[in-house]
Amino acid sequence: MSRTGGITTLSDHKRRRIDELTARTSTAAGVSLIRDAGRRLRRDPAAIVGAAIILLFLIIAIFAPLVAPHDPVQRFPELTRDLTVDSVPGASAGHPLGSDPLGRDFASRMIYGARQTLFVGVLATLIGLLFGVLLGAVAGAVGGWVDVVIMRITDVMLALPSLLLAITLVALARQSTQWTVIVAVAVVNVPIFARLLRGSMLAQRESDHVLAARALGVKRHDIVTRHMLPNSLTAVIVQATLTFAVAILDAAALSFLGLGDPDINRAEWGLMLGVDGVRYLEVRPELAYYPAIAIVLVALGFTLLGESMRAALDPKNRR
Amino acid sequence: MVRIVLRRLTQLSVTLIALMTLVFFWLRSLPGGPVDALLGERATPQTRETLTRALGYDKPIWVQYGRFVENVVTGDFGNSIRTGEPVTAVIGRAFPATVELAIAAIIVAVGLGIPLGYLAARYRGRLLDNATIVVTLIGISIPIFFLGYLLKDWLTQDIHVFPPSGRISTGADNTDVTGFFVLDGLLTRELDASADALWHLVLPALTLATIPLAIIVRITRASVLDVLDEDYIRTADAKGLRDATIRRRHVLRNALLPVVTTIGLQTGALLAGAVLTEKVYNWGGLGTVITDSISGSRDYPVLQALILLAAVVFIVVNLLVDLSYAVIDPRVRVP
Repeated sequence: MSRTGGITTLSDHKRRRIDELTARTSTAAGVSLIRDAGRRLRRDPAAIVGAAIILLFLIIAIFAPLVAPHDPVQRFPELTRDLTVDSVPGASAGHPLGSDPLGRDFASRMIYGARQTLFVGVLATLIGLLFGVLLGAVAGAVGGWVDVVIMRITDVMLALPSLLLAITLVALARQSTQWTVIVAVAVVNVPIFARLLRGSMLAQRESDHVLAARALGVKRHDIVTRHMLPNSLTAVIVQATLTFAVAILDAAALSFLGLGDPDINRAEWGLMLGVDGVRYLEVRPELAYYPAIAIVLVALGFTLLGESMRAALDPKNRR
Repeated sequence: MVRIVLRRLTQLSVTLIALMTLVFFWLRSLPGGPVDALLGERATPQTRETLTRALGYDKPIWVQYGRFVENVVTGDFGNSIRTGEPVTAVIGRAFPATVELAIAAIIVAVGLGIPLGYLAARYRGRLLDNATIVVTLIGISIPIFFLGYLLKDWLTQDIHVFPPSGRISTGADNTDVTGFFVLDGLLTRELDASADALWHLVLPALTLATIPLAIIVRITRASVLDVLDEDYIRTADAKGLRDATIRRRHVLRNALLPVVTTIGLQTGALLAGAVLTEKVYNWGGLGTVITDSISGSRDYPVLQALILLAAVVFIVVNLLVDLSYAVIDPRVRVP
């Protein structure tokens, strides 16, 4: 039944039990778990591939002005002059990927798109993380009716499908902007972070190191900020990595529904795919393929890294 | 059992009351207030005045809230701004279309996901397993509206296998009984209409199933691997049971519990995915209603009802999932 075709042998089983025991006893020293996890991450091919993808796009995003052949908003009228309605210029000299329907160099828009897309994803994740961590920390540290109220609110938010909640929030603004999208995607993630942090804080409240600190007479504020929060953050960081992938996908979905950034100069993959990409799919599918592939790659990178981190930080997997 | 149901029902009503309150304040926090939202920007001061009085917005806030709750409980959500029809009629017409699509997607996701996840776990580390992991990772990472257009482009334009959009061919001889077109055809013995509706259902269901399918495969795989390590599997093997018996009775049955939870949690993702899928295939269900009510001027009465409906569906499905544990897992039955 197991890898060898038979059943897991008894010695395997015993070894795992001992490993588990050592893992459990050494978890108290948080640093060693993180160092250990780091060592395992560096040996995990999935984590390396994920990190490499993220690093590549990060470099492209940072050095976009140096890499891109043209300004992403500059229009080249000579490219669109001889075209019939509803067609898009293909590749030509100086424009390796052709241009978009307005005659803007597509390769440059893709490169600058890395910047905008990472910006939207990172900001949406960080804002969601910040408010989620605040709410979760208050709920976990204070407890009592405060905890009940905060958890009820997150229940209500989680009862709505994330995209529908984002749509509802965007609908609050008459006119959508880039910030509307970022905030909507961020708010969707707040309850997830809040619940995660609260759960982890609750688990720590009864743990030995917190009891020891309390017995030593450390102030409650210090126990929360110095002992409980830092030890709860690993789970949140893993979740943030995974959230990032969802954030870009949600932003792309909002663009597709016509709720995205109305600024026509904005070069962002979700907008490029959801608006022009879909509209010109039959004429010039590349307009959809390139941003779609870029989105899949970045989302994949963050998912791979996030899941590897989760596995590496799981004490059950310690060797 | 009764106690569990009662406790969950209490929780459900608390969540719903909280949600209702939030929706109430949501409408009031709109720019220009609810009257502007209902009338749009072109309203004259007179019509604004009339509507304010008619809807009771000149009364104190708690009176307004009481009226709002009364309306929601009696199922009166007002009229759609776009079409002027009662909101309940708009939603009632679209509801079966989305439910039909969602059920088809769940069937695809569960029907393919559980066997695939099981096989991946059984042949762990081999080609099938690795291929499954890669494909499911891409399935989670791809924007599903794009996948929908790709399928549509390949299978309806390049090769004419499936119809590109809609729920049934124009001119098809179908009778509307329940609003579920496949079921209607069976009920009225119009089997060709049923087949036609089913044929229209294939691509949208596949598109909508992508994410739940990927997640169910991954959860099943992980869960089966966990169970394989359990003591009772070793015991069963030591007793000399045949491998097939162990797999069917001991592994699969125990591995399914987390999978069932996941299926319940995917209802939310299905509702969200339906908005995108229905736009791609011009499906005409709740997703289309949502898209219509946010394009251009927002149709707030419809949106408000949809938000409440989505939450109710999600909560009820998860309640049913919780209760199904009692059937699947005897350990839950003990209080």
